[in-house]
Amino acid sequence: MNEREDLIFNINSQCGLTFPEFENTGSQNDIPEKFLRKSALEINNAGEFDVVRHFTRLSRQNHSVDVGFYPLGSCTMKYNPKINETICSMDEFTRVHPLLPASFTQGNLEIMWELGEALKDITGMDGVTLQPAAGAHGEFAGILMIRAYHIDRGDKRATILIPDSAHGTNPSSVAMCGYSVKEIKSTKDGTIDMDDLKEKLTTDVAGLMITNPNTLGLFETDILKIAEMVHSVGALLYNDGANLNAILGKCRPGDIGFDISHINLHKTFSTPHGGGGPGSGPLTVKKHLVEYLPLPIIEKDKEKYSMRWDKEPSIGKVSSFYGNFGVLVRALAYIKALGADGLKKVSETAVLNANYLKEHLKKYYKLAFDKTCMHEFVLSGFEKDSSVHTIDIAKRLLDYGYHAPTIYFPLIVKEAIMIEPTETESLKSMDEFIEIMIKIHEERKNNPELLHNAPCNTIVSRLDEVKAIKQPDVCWNK
Amino acid sequence: MDYTLLTDQDKEKMLAFLNIDCVEELFTDIAKTQGKCEINLPSDGKSENELIKMFRGFAEKNIDISKMPNFMGGGAYDHFIPSVVDSISSRSDFNTAYTPYQPEVSQGTLQAIYEFQSFISHLTGMEVSNASMYDGASAMAEGCLMMLRQNRKKKKLLLASNVNSLWKQVVYTYLTGTEYEIIELPADDGMISSDVLEKMLDDEISVFAYSQPNAFGYLEDSEKIGEILKEKGVYHVASVDPLMLGVIETPATYGADVIVGEGQSLGNYLNYGGPYLGFFATTKKNIRKMPGRVVGRTVDSKGRSGFVLTYQTREQHIRREKATSNICSNQALCALRACVYMSLLGKDGLVSIGKNVIQKSHYMYDKLIESGKVEPVNSEASFFKEFPVRLPIAASAFTSIMRQKGILAGVPAWFVCADSDKNTVLITVTEKRTKEEIDDAVLKITSLF
Repeated sequence: MNEREDLIFNINSQCGLTFPEFENTGSQNDIPEKFLRKSALEINNAGEFDVVRHFTRLSRQNHSVDVGFYPLGSCTMKYNPKINETICSMDEFTRVHPLLPASFTQGNLEIMWELGEALKDITGMDGVTLQPAAGAHGEFAGILMIRAYHIDRGDKRATILIPDSAHGTNPSSVAMCGYSVKEIKSTKDGTIDMDDLKEKLTTDVAGLMITNPNTLGLFETDILKIAEMVHSVGALLYNDGANLNAILGKCRPGDIGFDISHINLHKTFSTPHGGGGPGSGPLTVKKHLVEYLPLPIIEKDKEKYSMRWDKEPSIGKVSSFYGNFGVLVRALAYIKALGADGLKKVSETAVLNANYLKEHLKKYYKLAFDKTCMHEFVLSGFEKDSSVHTIDIAKRLLDYGYHAPTIYFPLIVKEAIMIEPTETESLKSMDEFIEIMIKIHEERKNNPELLHNAPCNTIVSRLDEVKAIKQPDVCWNK
Repeated sequence: MDYTLLTDQDKEKMLAFLNIDCVEELFTDIAKTQGKCEINLPSDGKSENELIKMFRGFAEKNIDISKMPNFMGGGAYDHFIPSVVDSISSRSDFNTAYTPYQPEVSQGTLQAIYEFQSFISHLTGMEVSNASMYDGASAMAEGCLMMLRQNRKKKKLLLASNVNSLWKQVVYTYLTGTEYEIIELPADDGMISSDVLEKMLDDEISVFAYSQPNAFGYLEDSEKIGEILKEKGVYHVASVDPLMLGVIETPATYGADVIVGEGQSLGNYLNYGGPYLGFFATTKKNIRKMPGRVVGRTVDSKGRSGFVLTYQTREQHIRREKATSNICSNQALCALRACVYMSLLGKDGLVSIGKNVIQKSHYMYDKLIESGKVEPVNSEASFFKEFPVRLPIAASAFTSIMRQKGILAGVPAWFVCADSDKNTVLITVTEKRTKEEIDDAVLKITSLF
């Protein structure tokens, strides 16, 4: 294993990047004294080669998709095609200033238009915005659109309903838009409790926000009925598209009653996660929400593309400019590479892989809902009379060179272990993972200490998170 | 083309194991709900060769600006990006990694974020920084929200009208569903007037937000602003240009509670508006109220130093509707680029780039004003890298003529400055512009009138 790398601030070599004094006529106004920085920066210099070594060494301390399997449920850690990186790095895209006139940026606008059309097509919707920078940002914009829709109709509603299996971003996005959240229970089968929904679905409800397939990897089979109930009280149905990877070419949210859906391009459409971002969270909407989309709107007239900025009743802007354009380029390249058949193959393979893993692993770990799953499934790390917890299993996986699955989520499954293989893992890779999971199961029985102390093969062992809070050190100081 | 790996034999083996005949059997729940699913996209995908050709085609539909010196700003800037930044950020160990929720296998990303936070803290003079926001605008909006929530009685935000108007629109959007109200502080000749500020800070205003420099590029009197806010007991939110901070004083010195900004200038391409990154810095006492991820240094079970995501109980995945923000994915890879860029600059580079930009921008400004062909908007004001000048013609006509002459001569001020007239153009000069480019631009501009 690699050695720990010292902080960049402990290097002190010749400065890697300086700019010479500008030769000029000396006529320039100096900045008045009162604006100048009074204390010198307390950091060192580092030369180019030192910087390169430092960050290259750091990079080797990361797990990444290109190195190994990430069975990370709800995160869709699929292969990020290299060609997409080549394409989005073309100078013609990277050096374009966002305030250049449309006549200079027809290629960029066409890319955005084409991606928007493709996403509308894939989700069965009528309008689109590419502006949100991430899934949660899309949720925020989408809920504001639902709010604007009701206000336009003189309809004051204060509540959004969310199932108890939802991602944490759902309730927090809703709260940021000024709504209160009411939780809908799940049944013992893992889907929405229709009686509970019926009870809570009043005319005070602005919308129901669900993830379909849900975070348990199950398709909401009552979705048509749910949509009918939601619409009958004048509320709208929001789809958290985090799990779109399971239904590409099989089902379109717009066809089964959803009014609005966000899409995570960094999940379903293969753009890299970048260690936490940038992502991209476009929204697609039905006709009755189109006028509330954020500005500007990309328009096409014959073969000319432009941006429309007129205001009312749009919710306004959510980003400084038009969204994470570089991510949009990658996503369109991915869609073009696959075509409709390729997209369908994505969901078919992702679902086949998940069921294959599920049927193998359920012999060793308790399966939360024993039925056919979509792209992911949830096990429980809980075992009666065992001192081993889900966290121990997850940490032991790190020792074997795997990233951990999503753990302790969804909250409604005790000691949850949520696994999503995606369509890009091979049979060999999955068989190896199964073998390791069986081995860990045996270790759980025979050598629980090993699991409690895991990981032991990584560059650091379990970290003291309590100390990190009690004695906060979030900034290097001399 | 697709990116799956299963062979037909693999699939058969798997179907047999699952005891089914075809993969459709796994989709019966969907089939009961949705009948035929039709997608209009062409069914066939493209090969890599075809993809390259297709995107080269898109690229060629953009007008070639490679030979046009860029003097455009307005919130996105053409600074020099060293090759090291591309080289490091394209390493797939960084690029294809997930959010560092498993610290034992994410020390690379975590340490880089810790270093990013430290750079931002040192530059801005604030005690803590988060791991990044979506962009400068969302950072400012969330900074205002964080401070507004701290006053139970006062519910108003006073927002300087000379903040970039694209950002202001985002601030308005973020406050839409809240109980808070926005009042705008008018600007005189592009500047905040301390008298007007003092007058407008009534009993209902809890937060004041402005940008340094403002949308015109002018430097505000942060010291005076800080004094007034302190005296009135109003929270102080400022956005700054990070590249000025080696040379120009940070508002932290004058009591800022939150300092935010757009980090694109730090090693990130123009990219037609994104991905960029917002940075967010504040005082230690606000750490539990901050939005977004934060990395802390701690020790492992064997006492070795290591890094973790910390104060996670603020965040949406734990606190749900009571979280300090809904942000989850941020702009981590852009923050990594910023971190590599700031590492290369270091102490000396941060000062030298600030000086170089000031010298070049003032050189161009002086030449333009000396010509007598264009007028200053506010001859008393100071600026860092961007300045407005008033033209005898409409700014959009001017920039269009200048593009025909092969120069991206600026941004019409009304694009980003709410109170600007149609004849004012914003010109930005970065360290990338050479003396020849500046002289040529000045000649071409002044010979127009």
